[in-house]
Amino acid sequence: MFKKKLYMVLSLVMLAAFVLSACGGGEAPAEEVAVEAPAEEAPAAEEAEAETEEEEVAEEAPANPGLAMDAAAVAMQFWSDDLYEESIIFMDTEPINPDAPVYLQSLLDNKVDTSQYKMEPPFDICFSNAGVNNQWRVTGYVTMREQVEQLRAEGLVGNFIHVDAEGSDEKQITDISDLVAGGQCDVLIISPNTSEALTPAVEQACEVLPTVVFDRGVLTDCPTTFLKTIGGYAFGYDGAKFIVDNLPDGGNVLALRILPGVDVLEQRWGAARKVFEEAGNISVVGVEFNDYSGPKTKTIVSDYIDRFGYIDAIWMDAGGPAVAALEAYEDLGLDFPVMVGEDQMDYLKYWKEMDVTAIAPTFPTFQWRTAVLAAVMILQGEPVDARWVLPQPHVTQENLDQYYLPDMPPLYYALSSAEDMDNWPDVWKELDTTVYKDVIE
Amino acid sequence: MTTLEKIPSRQMTGILVTIWKRVKKIPPVYLIFLVIIIGVSYLNPNFATLNGMLLFLRRASPLAILAIGQLFVVASGGFDLSQGSLVTLTVIGSALIIYNNEENSYIAIMILLGIGIIIGLVNGVVVSYLKVPSLIATLGMLLLVKGGGLYWTGGAPKGYLTENWRYFGRGFIENVPVFGRFPVAVIVFLIVVVIMTILFHKTNLGKQILAIGDNPRASQLSGVKVKLIRIIAFLISAFLSVVAGVMIGGYGGTSILAGEGLEMQSVSAVVIGGALLLGGKGSVPEVAIGGLTLEAIFSLLNLLGLPKPYRDAVQGLIIIGAVAYAAITSKRRD
Repeated sequence: MFKKKLYMVLSLVMLAAFVLSACGGGEAPAEEVAVEAPAEEAPAAEEAEAETEEEEVAEEAPANPGLAMDAAAVAMQFWSDDLYEESIIFMDTEPINPDAPVYLQSLLDNKVDTSQYKMEPPFDICFSNAGVNNQWRVTGYVTMREQVEQLRAEGLVGNFIHVDAEGSDEKQITDISDLVAGGQCDVLIISPNTSEALTPAVEQACEVLPTVVFDRGVLTDCPTTFLKTIGGYAFGYDGAKFIVDNLPDGGNVLALRILPGVDVLEQRWGAARKVFEEAGNISVVGVEFNDYSGPKTKTIVSDYIDRFGYIDAIWMDAGGPAVAALEAYEDLGLDFPVMVGEDQMDYLKYWKEMDVTAIAPTFPTFQWRTAVLAAVMILQGEPVDARWVLPQPHVTQENLDQYYLPDMPPLYYALSSAEDMDNWPDVWKELDTTVYKDVIE
Repeated sequence: MTTLEKIPSRQMTGILVTIWKRVKKIPPVYLIFLVIIIGVSYLNPNFATLNGMLLFLRRASPLAILAIGQLFVVASGGFDLSQGSLVTLTVIGSALIIYNNEENSYIAIMILLGIGIIIGLVNGVVVSYLKVPSLIATLGMLLLVKGGGLYWTGGAPKGYLTENWRYFGRGFIENVPVFGRFPVAVIVFLIVVVIMTILFHKTNLGKQILAIGDNPRASQLSGVKVKLIRIIAFLISAFLSVVAGVMIGGYGGTSILAGEGLEMQSVSAVVIGGALLLGGKGSVPEVAIGGLTLEAIFSLLNLLGLPKPYRDAVQGLIIIGAVAYAAITSKRRD
């Protein structure tokens, strides 16, 4: 008997430890009561009812209750009013070289002389990559490698040494110093995992080699060129503006974010939040993290539809699970909301086939090939922009047919601008990152 | 009222006591479920419709199926913490095998069921023959499967789940009399409940599992093949995890987080379903309702507008509360 009691106590302690470690605790009374004496649940339910009534009153006010949620906070260390304003201007800026293909266009003329780096081809290019750990990066990486193959065929590129940091700052810092010390590189391309942590490593590389940084930035202007499309502010602004323009007065909005604390995602959300706050005629009823998960997104959206009867618009900081959100409406037999996704093919397909009122802001994957082309330009002594701002087109109802390619796989990102490449479209149908050779004989 | 007044008060109490005794015999999980369903229906009238109920069942089915699998292990005196990672593996592994080609869908499900059986087998063998406590063995398996899955897919979900693969979690059978359209997931759920109820309550296997959970030494002495039965319990749990994985992926699509935290939810559901956490007692229908109840509690919390972290907190309180309740009532009986 004593032993049995001991087991009970032990299991309790163990479970308490489990729960604490799993979720960090919290309080929610009512439930224990329910386990012991279910019949006594009634008063608790009445209380609950009173609570929701209060909430409904609050909703009638024009405020944005969702913006008061924890998930709605913007990490201010990643926010800059100046860059936000500038991004909005860039969205309407004509490129200085409109005749060039989109992946070589530039919105800001700030050329630097690179004649000091000029050398004879073939060039050996090194690439320190933050990771190939999501489909955006897979599409970008394949596009980049195909660009390398084409430059190899032209005799411009020799070795292309790719080192994958697998999403780790520490590994990428080591990778960069190994590449710099190795002496195999004529130029170094870096796609930083995070901005702050990688800055010293990039500074170290700048002293030895011409460097190209793209996608996420670093906190130094030492790279020969830093290139990306307009960026997160424009992405967030674009979708939010579309919602504000297309929603009737008093329409409600659910915002879905992947996770907090990533600079580009904070900027996307920060910009959207600003648009929603300034709009005045719509109500953000919730901001939730969806972990980039389809099932979780579908559950959250269904929950919000349950709670508010209908959600008029959904804003997302990344479009991966956009189709899952729309499926929630489809399965419930409801009309589709005003939708913000991204340029993933599954979303464009759903949009086209189901006739959704939708937009797809983009962070185009074509910048991956621009990085290689910029590296080659530097070694040829051609001037490049110190800060190379590429255009950032978006997919709208008007140009949907241009970007929706029924033959491409669901996880292909439409803005790779790879249509002019030799192996188009077969290679992008497979999106196999393992077939490329770094070192050629 | 007049008839009531004529009954002497002592007789009246007698009737109440009989009613109370009858009520007490109903497993508490049914009452809890009922109360929560009423609460949810009150807050969201759509829920109380036939269609609303079916959609709720569709969403809750995977968790209930996982809970039934967990029951087999818990009733035999163990835990299976590898369930959630196996769900994830099912989703991302299938997407990889299918690779955008509809014809591969059923092959993918077969392969994953095979992998599930192997994982269950390994869990069972490690626990039975290597004498590793199930908590540690399946925790190790959780990490192994998670890491293996990420390695297999290269960290990002590749490929896509086609519509025919997703049919089991998302599809509807149209034009069903009375119901209109009936979710396939609910049919899968009902089939699992029926088969597992028979297996657990009507066969020797179920009795032996309960015997092992109650007292492994005694059951071994009375001729139960403890090791074999334990292995079968883990096998069933892993198999049902793959089934739940197919339904979860079917419901919402690919995600490397599809199964995150589900093992704790299924343990909670088992506890709500009135099974003893240290084994020896449990019922398949009650645990199935336990799974539905947990999902209904999540719905209730959502309708009350409580933030998501409350879900975890509530689960914790449920587990502690239910175990404490079981301890107190068993003490009374002694």
